[in-house]
Amino acid sequence: MDTESTYSGYSYYSGRSRGSHRHGERSRDRHKTRSKDSRSEKSVTINTPPAEPLLGDSAVRGEQVQDDNWGETTTAVTGTSEHSLSQEDIVRITKDLEDSVGLDCRRYFTLALAVILGLLVFLTPLAFLVLPHLLWPEKLQSCGTACEGLFISVAFKLLILLLAVWALFFRPRRAGLPRVFVFRALLAVLVLLFVVSYWLFYGVRILDSQDENYQGIVQYAVSLVDALLFIHYLAIVLLELRQLQPCFSVCVTRSTDGEIRHYNLGQLSIQRAALAILEHYYCDFPVSNPALLSASKSRAAKHLAGLKVYNVDGPGNNAAAGLVHSQSRAMIAAAARRRDTSHNELYYEEAEHERRVRKRKARLVVAVEEAFTHIKRMQEEEQKKAPGDVMDPREAAQAIFPSMARALQKYLRTTKQQHCHSMESIQQHLAFCITNNMTPKAFLESYLTPGPTLQYSRDHWRARQWTLISEASVTSGLKDGSVFLLRCVDFSLVVTTKKIPYIQMSEEYIDPKSHKFVLRLQSETSV
Amino acid sequence: MSFVPGQPLTAVVQRIQIQKLRQGENLILGFSIGGGIDQDPGQNPFSDDKTDKGIYVTRITPGGPANAAGLRMGDKLMQVNGWDMTMVTHDQARKRLTKKNEDVVRLLVTRKSLEEAVKQSMGCFPRQ
Repeated sequence: MDTESTYSGYSYYSGRSRGSHRHGERSRDRHKTRSKDSRSEKSVTINTPPAEPLLGDSAVRGEQVQDDNWGETTTAVTGTSEHSLSQEDIVRITKDLEDSVGLDCRRYFTLALAVILGLLVFLTPLAFLVLPHLLWPEKLQSCGTACEGLFISVAFKLLILLLAVWALFFRPRRAGLPRVFVFRALLAVLVLLFVVSYWLFYGVRILDSQDENYQGIVQYAVSLVDALLFIHYLAIVLLELRQLQPCFSVCVTRSTDGEIRHYNLGQLSIQRAALAILEHYYCDFPVSNPALLSASKSRAAKHLAGLKVYNVDGPGNNAAAGLVHSQSRAMIAAAARRRDTSHNELYYEEAEHERRVRKRKARLVVAVEEAFTHIKRMQEEEQKKAPGDVMDPREAAQAIFPSMARALQKYLRTTKQQHCHSMESIQQHLAFCITNNMTPKAFLESYLTPGPTLQYSRDHWRARQWTLISEASVTSGLKDGSVFLLRCVDFSLVVTTKKIPYIQMSEEYIDPKSHKFVLRLQSETSV
Repeated sequence: MSFVPGQPLTAVVQRIQIQKLRQGENLILGFSIGGGIDQDPGQNPFSDDKTDKGIYVTRITPGGPANAAGLRMGDKLMQVNGWDMTMVTHDQARKRLTKKNEDVVRLLVTRKSLEEAVKQSMGCFPRQ
């Protein structure tokens, strides 16, 4: 019984590998339905859970704990495809949630606070200057030359402050972070306290006593504007300059396919570091392609697939945990003893795939080069002669696209990239290349290697809503050895930090005249 | 003893066999060598051609095995136990002579007096 299922598993596996590579895979749904062929996976009660189950498999396994009859899996397979569709639905819903009211509330609240604070800051010096004229104009000393010079100084300093605040703070929002930005909050509180204390002093010492020395009042207003400029300097240092010097080297690993990148970051809080890493992610990491991971998952599932565990003592005999432990240990031991030839299959399968990809690529390159020879750019003098069939780039692309469409589609299917590129996008890219006089090789480069996520349209990103998972508080600073996760729906980025070491350098002076050479003397050795 | 690069070297050689003497845990031969392709040939007092980078005997310990075997100061070593000594570094020559598992070295040495002796003997006894 056991050997039977083992053999059938192998034969069906090899059949599946030949079949799947011959016919290609049209979509994610079709790919999921193919998993029904490896039916030996479905009929095993596996206790060691796989690392990351396929979207469909988890549902199927849950339903079939005791089911040995694989013939009935066909009905469950449609449940699989429904699951994968509903997962897409969830993603679409979360995309819509981004524009929902709840998140905007917080944004508008902070925006309102910032506007109020800004207005307070700018109107305060003007108020200091204008109020004496309004409240006790007859008692006020007239403004002399030095005083009027101070007016100019106040005006220009306010203008500079306005421009500086606009440059630093009025930039389009990059992201919505989970916690408040600590430095900005501290600065806002500092400015508020500062302005309030100035108002207090002004209210008590000047308004109440109705001071006549207008020059003193103007100097007071000038000192306020000076101090505001210094606070702005502090804001620049805290918000912009402090994190420029690289302090940490972070290693970012994508959990699904192991892509690793290293970045240098300065002293940042964890949420700001996560933001910087995500902005690099969109530019550096090749787009996440789940179709490429299916092979290793099916291999992992097959490792334990050939074994069946029977509970001969009957259910309810041992405690559940003990039963689980003994069963998993038995399976691991059996798997270790079994002669495993899956490495052999992997080797030949990969060699075969490599060969197939190269063949398709060769056909594609030839087809594209031939297609590009069918059109040529019309010169200026030919345009005046007005020949018959003149096309704009889009029509030219549509004219030559059919001759290369088949080869391109086959190549994309072989490298499992067909869902990243729609026909419309390919024709658009072709029109773009024709307009800019690109060679066929330049046109093909974007299809031969997967580019960074930003290059693809938004539907294919699979990385929109990010969750920051961290043991330390996200507003605390990066430290040596801190680890946090950035999770989106399909995969997660694991980030580890290491501190850049302190470098101790010493100097040694070499006198240029000290470079002297002699011939080697005859050495004598006694033997 | 001068040589033309690229042409085979002809020399009159004498075969000398030296039995190594055990002194403590070393096997010594009782002479000193100088020269080698990594050394400065212009400082060799024994060579005729100051571009000759061969291995020369620079000192003989009186009463040592080399002296007893007939080695003389100024001899040029051509072969040691079959290994060529005309194009070796100083260190390679030292190693060839001081192999611990050999207690006999068979040298082929040449000196100017040998050539003259051969010429004289050829001149004294002209062919009939």
